[in-house]
Amino acid sequence: MFDYQFLIEVLVGGLLSGVMYSLVAIGFVVIYKTSGVLNFAQGAMLLFAALTFVSLVERGVALPLALLATLAIMVALGVAVERTVLRPLVNQPPITLFMATLGLSYVIEGAAQLLWGTQVHGLDIGISDVPLDIVGVFISRFDLFAAAVAGSLVALFALFFRTTRTGLSFRAVADDPFAALAVGLRLPRVWAIVWTVAGIVALVAGLLWGARLGVQFSLSLVVLKALPVLVLGGFDSIAGAIVGGLLIGAIEKLAEVYVGPLVGGGIEAWAGYVVALVFLLVRPSGLFGQKLVERV
Amino acid sequence: MDATSNPRQTLPVIDRILIGIGAVITFGVIPLAGSDYLMDAVLTPFLALALAAVGLNVLTGYAGQVSLGSAAFLAVGAYAAYNLHLRLPELPLLLDLVLAGLVAAAIGIVFGLPSLRLRGFYLAVSTLAAQFFVQWALTKFGWFSNDNPSGVIDAPALTIAGYSFTSAAGRYLFSLAVVTVATILTLLLLQSQTGRNFIAVRDHEIAAKVIGVPLLRTKLLAFGVSSFLIGVAGVLWAFAYLRTVEPAGFNLDRSFQILFIIIIGGLASLRGAFLGAAFIVVFPLILSRLGAALLGGVFDSGVLEMSQRIVIGALIIAFLIAEPRGLIALWDRFRAASAAWTGLRKTFPATDTSRS
Amino acid sequence: MRFRHLKFALGVVGVLAFAGAPAVHADEQFFPLQSYRVGPYAAGGTGFFGGFIDYLNLINIRDGGVNGVKLTWDEGETQYEVERGVEVYERLKNRLGVAAWNPLSVGIAYAMIDRITKDKVPLITVNHGRTDSTDGRVFPYVFPLLLNPYSETSGIVNYIASREGGVDRLKDKKIVVLYHGSPYGKETIPIYKLLADKYHFSVEQIEVPHPGNEQQSQWLSIRRAKPDYVVLRGWGVMNPVALKTAQKVGFPADHIIGNVWSNSEEDVIPAGDAAKGYIAITTQASGAEYPVLQEVIKTVYGAGKGNLDDKKRIGSVYHNLGIVNGILNVEAIRIAQAKFGERTLTGDEVRWGFEHLQLNPARVEALGAKGLFHSINVTWDNHEGDGRVTFQQWDGAKWKVVSDWIAPDWASLRPIIEKSAAAYAQEHGITPRTSGDDPVSQ
Repeated sequence: MFDYQFLIEVLVGGLLSGVMYSLVAIGFVVIYKTSGVLNFAQGAMLLFAALTFVSLVERGVALPLALLATLAIMVALGVAVERTVLRPLVNQPPITLFMATLGLSYVIEGAAQLLWGTQVHGLDIGISDVPLDIVGVFISRFDLFAAAVAGSLVALFALFFRTTRTGLSFRAVADDPFAALAVGLRLPRVWAIVWTVAGIVALVAGLLWGARLGVQFSLSLVVLKALPVLVLGGFDSIAGAIVGGLLIGAIEKLAEVYVGPLVGGGIEAWAGYVVALVFLLVRPSGLFGQKLVERV
Repeated sequence: MDATSNPRQTLPVIDRILIGIGAVITFGVIPLAGSDYLMDAVLTPFLALALAAVGLNVLTGYAGQVSLGSAAFLAVGAYAAYNLHLRLPELPLLLDLVLAGLVAAAIGIVFGLPSLRLRGFYLAVSTLAAQFFVQWALTKFGWFSNDNPSGVIDAPALTIAGYSFTSAAGRYLFSLAVVTVATILTLLLLQSQTGRNFIAVRDHEIAAKVIGVPLLRTKLLAFGVSSFLIGVAGVLWAFAYLRTVEPAGFNLDRSFQILFIIIIGGLASLRGAFLGAAFIVVFPLILSRLGAALLGGVFDSGVLEMSQRIVIGALIIAFLIAEPRGLIALWDRFRAASAAWTGLRKTFPATDTSRS
Repeated sequence: MRFRHLKFALGVVGVLAFAGAPAVHADEQFFPLQSYRVGPYAAGGTGFFGGFIDYLNLINIRDGGVNGVKLTWDEGETQYEVERGVEVYERLKNRLGVAAWNPLSVGIAYAMIDRITKDKVPLITVNHGRTDSTDGRVFPYVFPLLLNPYSETSGIVNYIASREGGVDRLKDKKIVVLYHGSPYGKETIPIYKLLADKYHFSVEQIEVPHPGNEQQSQWLSIRRAKPDYVVLRGWGVMNPVALKTAQKVGFPADHIIGNVWSNSEEDVIPAGDAAKGYIAITTQASGAEYPVLQEVIKTVYGAGKGNLDDKKRIGSVYHNLGIVNGILNVEAIRIAQAKFGERTLTGDEVRWGFEHLQLNPARVEALGAKGLFHSINVTWDNHEGDGRVTFQQWDGAKWKVVSDWIAPDWASLRPIIEKSAAAYAQEHGITPRTSGDDPVSQ
């Protein structure tokens, strides 16, 4: 007798985990969309944000103040990155920019640990994770909360990009950087803003993932979970990041539970990549991707 | 690049002399006079990584396909050679080496298939599937490590025709010989029609197709050749350098390291691969030694290490900004300048490092 | 032209040349430390090497060294990466008076076995390492002191038995082993099967892929399996995530038993409330109330020479493991000195010391470590030394010991170890020693 209740539980758990992947993926998308950079330092930024917040709180700074301070630091980081890394590297091939972000991740990881130490920290954001029992299906309160946060974040971005001037210029640059330049948009400013936005996403994702994993070096590894999401959803689509995250999360869990035992388990590490790959062979630009990226 | 763009040009006399001196030093002086530390901990890993970088450069620099899965092919090479040696002990080690490279090439071609439909970062991220799948398979199936309870393989002694390369110098010489031969063969391949096909695919896929370059074959060949070389490098890494390896050693960081080498050295340049490998292997050692010597008394080693990480990261960025075409471009500029200064300019081929 | 790079290489030879050996004056015994203070496992590295250095400092400051022989050390950062460990090995191996290597890394330890055997210097893998290196006949220079992975497995099963009221009560119980997807994690799979057959309990072993930051599916499977106990054979971030996810599916923390790599503060603090009640095996109790730790605080930290930045970590699991590791190393030197003289010993002489490292509970008490660890009894052919284990429970703020000192079932593990060691000996052409006085071959 097939256990449908268990299937639903796995599916729901997978979808909710997928939201967490989407959160990380969104950070990649905002940067990629406007500057064509696959920002590998996103993981390091996540670590840096969470570590800064936790360390401030542990040093007795009040929660809202710590949040504001971390936010300010992430904004400063975004601007600094634009000044020191992006601007000098403008017009370089994407692979060079990608390597630069790898170098950047070294700098940020090193700085984070130099500033705040290598200790692991617990992060309690005040949600007790006693499962909700809905007709026998256990659902995590924390994951629901995370999903709600991710949802509001996306809604906020949508509002920002559709209604504000800055948001509009962001979209213009994403559509056609040359035309945007021609009409007088200042690219550096737009880049500084998207890196700041990515920094804010990193802060939110860092806090949520930090509450799940503890705030420690391994936090930067969550980017590996976001990459198949990006391949599936397209590097340049926020909607793709959301749908892709949900799909990858669900498929990964279902594969681990139902296919895993056949081959000995532990297939989660690559199942997402293989699914994304197979999908792409059918549809090379991903779920919502706009166009093929030019040769690197 | 000079060597590839001027394949028919004979080498200037001065270069021949330099190669001769280089050969005497690398094959003669270093093994006799070098310390074990220099050979075991610096030069042997340098050689293995340089060969891996040559391999990745064929794929990324020449054929224009980005891969983030190099470490997986290192692992395939290492484990294939181990199993060949274990299960077919009658085969000579050199044949194991070549066969291991071929196994890596076969796996490389399979994971290269997406390149037919994907480009750029989509392809790059897809190659991560190879990275994670290979590590998983090697850990999962005990057969690969001869059911060692810890999944670790112990490399056999390097023995060729009854002679055992067990000393540090022996392992270094073995690696040097393999890397030299493999690099020369790669150079010949790149100067052939195949090499020109690679570049055509890189520079303009559609144009290449129009002039009759078989895209499918060329791309898969690039994956195959590249994985072959990386696989052989993996054998050196496992057999000559570490001598004990586990799947975890071939992680994503290693793949990035190899990518760093070719970017920093210079894409589409074999000499760049060597320069880049030297930089990546040697520079952190110097930095850590200098840091400890100068500031060791002031800060504890944790602080020093963290600072080094920052310095290395910052240097990579600074370097990409200062010379995006890599160390090799700096080197060529330096040579051209010094040649102009000594009035020998005409003996050097014009330096053309542009990559469209 | 390919050889141009060698100018580069040659250029740096000069810089690297100061890897050479500075002269050792007077009598000194040198500890090369392949420490890791950066990277994903830095918390463990700073604790362990901090404790080790603190103890060596204590011996130098309080006693002026071991019988006048000063202890010295030098650190090389590895970030827990094998090839950096090898580089540090090659760099420091020629220093005079190398006593023993203590990498606290399975990967680095494996890569060193051939090298240290050739160089005749002991390799200490306290609490971990290659199980079959327990067989000193085949591995003369490798010492998995106190506990190897098989003994750990047996110790955990014996503890569960004691909680259930005896080994007979294990019958028809169900245990899930959640293991890290690495060779380390898989190493004990056959042993759990073996013990399950012996005691008639059922065992299900589930893999968590590295790094283990997502365990939803594994814990749902566990919930469906409804086991009596879950054994956590984790590593790094996998541990807190396991505890958190257990809470998420409603599995009680006090029925999760952690192994030696899942037993530190760093493993539970990030899990917050979810870790309350969690139990883990250990060879050394935590806490700073033991006389030896009090002396470290007074003498070493009092003199401003303490190695930990954060004094709150004194007495933590990894720090105390470092202290115990210090005691074992120093006592091995002391024992070897009694035979060979009070001077700088060779690595081979220190090996002899380790092979006679017998500290009974009375001697442990004299060293100020009563309650910190039980005892050790290393012989030439048993390099583990029959260490006892105890179990500690996390109360939300600190670990509390909740069991006696439990002895693993060494007798039933020994044949498997010998078989594996014999296979290694054959593969590597080693003739096993037949007595402790045999000259070490190779």
